[in-house]
Amino acid sequence: MASLFQRRRSKATQVERVRERRHEGFLRYAGFRWAKISGGLCLLIIVSYALIDVTPRHNGGSWYGYTLGTIGAALILWLTALGYRKRKMTRDHWSLKAWTSAHVYLGLSLIIIGTWHTGFQLGWNVHTLAWALMMLVILSGLYGVIVYATLPQALSNNREQMTQMQMLEAIRAFDRQLHSAAQPLTPEDTAPVLAALDEDPFAGGIAARLSGRYPNCATAAAYRALSASRSSDAEARTKVVGLLSQKEAALARLREHLRIRALLEIWLYVHVPLTFALIAALSAHIVSVFFYW
Amino acid sequence: MSEAVKVAIIGSGPAGLSAASRAGQLGMSHILLEKTDHLSDTIFKYQKGKRVLATPERLDLRSDCRFAEGAREYILGNWDEDAANNKVQVAYHAEVAEVSGEKGAFAIKTTKGDVYTAENIVLAIGTQGNPNRMRCEGADLPHIIYQVDDPEDFKDRHITVVGSGDAGIENALGVAEEALENTVTILNRSKDFARAKAKNVADMMEAGENGLMSIRTETQPKKVEPGFLTLETPDGDETIPCDVIVARLGSVAPRGFVESMGIEFTGPDREAFPKLSPIFESTVPGIFVIGALAGYPLIKHCMNQGYDVVEFINGNSDLTPADEKDLAAIFEGLPKKKSVSEWLEYLRTRVSIFADVSPLQMREFMLDSKVAFYRKGDVVFEKGEPGSSLFAIADGFVEVEVGPGVIVPIEQGSIFGEVGLISGRKRGATIRAGADGIFVEVSRTAALKLMASVPGAKRAINRISLERQLLQIFKGGLTVDDLGPVVDTAEVERVPAGKIVLTEGEQGDDVYVIRSGSMVVEKDIGGKPIFLRYLPAGSFFGEMGVLSGAPRNATVKAAVGAELIKLTGESFRKMLAARPQVREATEAAVAERAQMNSFIESRKASYSSAVDLYSDTASFIMKEGLGEATDALLIDENLCVGCDNCEKACADSHEGLSRLDREAGKTFAHLHVPTSCRHCEHPHCMADCPPNVIHRGPDGEVFMEPGCIGCGNCMRNCPYGVIRMEAAPPQKPSLLRWLLTGFGPGPGEPSPKWTKKQLGDEKPKKIAVKCDMCKGIAGGPACVRACPTGAAIRVSPEEFLSIARLDEDTD
Repeated sequence: MASLFQRRRSKATQVERVRERRHEGFLRYAGFRWAKISGGLCLLIIVSYALIDVTPRHNGGSWYGYTLGTIGAALILWLTALGYRKRKMTRDHWSLKAWTSAHVYLGLSLIIIGTWHTGFQLGWNVHTLAWALMMLVILSGLYGVIVYATLPQALSNNREQMTQMQMLEAIRAFDRQLHSAAQPLTPEDTAPVLAALDEDPFAGGIAARLSGRYPNCATAAAYRALSASRSSDAEARTKVVGLLSQKEAALARLREHLRIRALLEIWLYVHVPLTFALIAALSAHIVSVFFYW
Repeated sequence: MSEAVKVAIIGSGPAGLSAASRAGQLGMSHILLEKTDHLSDTIFKYQKGKRVLATPERLDLRSDCRFAEGAREYILGNWDEDAANNKVQVAYHAEVAEVSGEKGAFAIKTTKGDVYTAENIVLAIGTQGNPNRMRCEGADLPHIIYQVDDPEDFKDRHITVVGSGDAGIENALGVAEEALENTVTILNRSKDFARAKAKNVADMMEAGENGLMSIRTETQPKKVEPGFLTLETPDGDETIPCDVIVARLGSVAPRGFVESMGIEFTGPDREAFPKLSPIFESTVPGIFVIGALAGYPLIKHCMNQGYDVVEFINGNSDLTPADEKDLAAIFEGLPKKKSVSEWLEYLRTRVSIFADVSPLQMREFMLDSKVAFYRKGDVVFEKGEPGSSLFAIADGFVEVEVGPGVIVPIEQGSIFGEVGLISGRKRGATIRAGADGIFVEVSRTAALKLMASVPGAKRAINRISLERQLLQIFKGGLTVDDLGPVVDTAEVERVPAGKIVLTEGEQGDDVYVIRSGSMVVEKDIGGKPIFLRYLPAGSFFGEMGVLSGAPRNATVKAAVGAELIKLTGESFRKMLAARPQVREATEAAVAERAQMNSFIESRKASYSSAVDLYSDTASFIMKEGLGEATDALLIDENLCVGCDNCEKACADSHEGLSRLDREAGKTFAHLHVPTSCRHCEHPHCMADCPPNVIHRGPDGEVFMEPGCIGCGNCMRNCPYGVIRMEAAPPQKPSLLRWLLTGFGPGPGEPSPKWTKKQLGDEKPKKIAVKCDMCKGIAGGPACVRACPTGAAIRVSPEEFLSIARLDEDTD
């Protein structure tokens, strides 16, 4: 009972300030705070690049180039830390939304920081490899921002309050009903139904998952075959056809769900490995620069 | 007739066994009557290997029998040994049918016709009652069970459930879970399932259609054999394979039997207990009641009482209960030095609501309470703080800050904090000690128990709370005397969720104050009900009618089950006439509300769709039961990418179990209400917690302290399904190790497969797990902190439905 009677608020009590009640997405966070910071930074770089006269010319090796390079490398490491921040549930106050917001806008600012760091001197070497990898990481991240901003609604509309487990359960329920309803059918009609029962709703590979097209769907095939068939008892067949069309609808919902989720996740399989490739190339770039100093 | 004994103990559970053991140790002549052929039938019937917990930990065990947390077999084994060592005289198969006689010479007749005579009787029969047994051939075989503790104990078995009430259907649904691969049959003697709830019947029918169980009506068991069950069906007898029979045929509650001895109860309702003296003596001299039947469901309490009651019967009047040291600790910090019983008497005589409380009840309340000394000027609690405990002033007085600069004193002997107790909402005013004084803080549970068992206390608390609520609404322009006539004519009305209290356009001048629950105000605009306002407990409505005499200008209905105080228009008008400044305050409130109504109406004209959406969203929120929430998690599905980081963060911030299910739950206009605790104003989960470990914390969170016994009452009582019964998974390898080497299950709740592999054959006790709003974590709720897109927010309904949101949405 002790805690009930805590008279004086302990330090661990949450103050109102830390309770996230404002309803705003990561892009709009704190009135576009990070967009403004990152935009200001880019502007500063573009203007100072034009005003500062570096001899013989702007390149990565000048004092100005080193400054931008250091900022860029530090930023890349910090941006990578999001993956750790997201998973490390420390007990102090932080908001992953704020981190994401900063990650997105500061990440975009790397286009300017990185490119202006090069002094527009690109070539076929490890230095440009690091730049190119960085640009690819940013591009994949841009895709991520776009799908995060546009797809959640579609995901919500498609699932209509059902969970993924419930979608699978619904398909299994239709399978069980099909199994008993198909008993009176002729062997000729039973074969496609059995094929539909054996179908794995997850099968089809990455292309099918992303496109949402399953041309070899056994349930659709069974539906077509039985709708056209005249061999079994009409009443039993109508019931099976009805169940097959219901199962098809349930499958379509699940597949659309998986498709949207795949679109929301697939870019991470590019973004994250490329980030590590980038860090490797960046290390090579930095080491080689100091080696030739 | 056997030889007369000093004491006959009925029931050999923990309480009865402990009593008999003490009698054995004292050499007192006794007999322990047990209706079955073994001791402690309730625990005997637990599943094999089930862990029994020994809570509360702070209470010392005082018994001649051993008891510590352990598996069922270990505990029963100990008790059998202890009974033998203590020379307990047991009569098995002695089910008591009738008790006659009086103190000194009771005659106890069993169903077999034996008669035992005893000077005293100790009743320790528990509250389970007698489950109705199966009556067909083979009904005494061991694979017939009368309860299912954990459906997961059954895998790949043929299970037949007999009985088609709620208990039977729920058990059948539990064991019919697909993953368990059981073959489940449920039998019903009649054609339909009239005794069960519609929801249960629908779930069962669905499970039947899905092939998860077979439902057989007009069928009953005829013969039980190991491995088989013969059924009597409309088409003749049929034998089916059957490994386990779950018989749920109802039970006979023990109250009738207890009352037949002449023992009085505290009240007519189901929660009432027998009236008892401080030495557990009932209203019939010579008959003592202990254990669950006396209102103490925990094993340790029962065993201590068994010991104590026999000591009392033996004439030991100096014995202090085992909780004496706990009580002494409660009084320790006070300036005056008194013994525990002197303190109890001091409080009883000085606080009016304790006047009718018996010394035994007083002890119990004090265990759930705290007494503290306050210096003049100390803040007892601040306005806006969550809190639902009740304070009583034993010494000194307090000052209530009703409004800015308006201070009202509350005198010694009275109470405060009752609004928080009754409405379940945050404290309405700041309270300071007016002089050095001693205040008692009674926890919500203890205060509710007090109100239920002492009618005088209930009346006093209700009246005071109504007066104070009115005083608070009218911000100090009133005195208690002004309220006299209003309060005298006030009636308390209970309204179920959805019930219309006021109808737009009707005539009427009654004024209502919301005592608990909440209301929604709607207005018919263009043929469609438009949501105007959410009224939390503590607000009032209907005042426009009194002031203007015009018909009601909006409809008010209950958002959740609520309690209203109805004040007659006449008495309210008289009060306003006597106090012009109150009339002014009321008129100002009316003007403000009217202005808001017209604001929404004007918006309706220009931004019709936004107002419709706001109104429909509000209706959805109310339908989802958020009207009784204080702080709920909502997810904006325009932003949610389904990464489940909220669930992972929840699991990793606690002991590895997620207390929320993001995907489950209802959605409207992309606003999703996930399955997670809303920290209700009056938490349903608190209603029946035997170890009393569910409380409200300093941030308003409803949390569970350690000590859960895993009974599952809270889970069943929660209408929103947010409490899980689960055992904490083993420690995971660190995050860094997972990131670098891939070792371990990674962030979030580990899969059951991983947990099982780590645990091997060990089966830890499942206890209730629920959201505690990240209590004690300075950073705030993890679910919201860990949302990468800002989809997750935590809000209270009044914040969410505030007019500011409509403004935001239409701008």
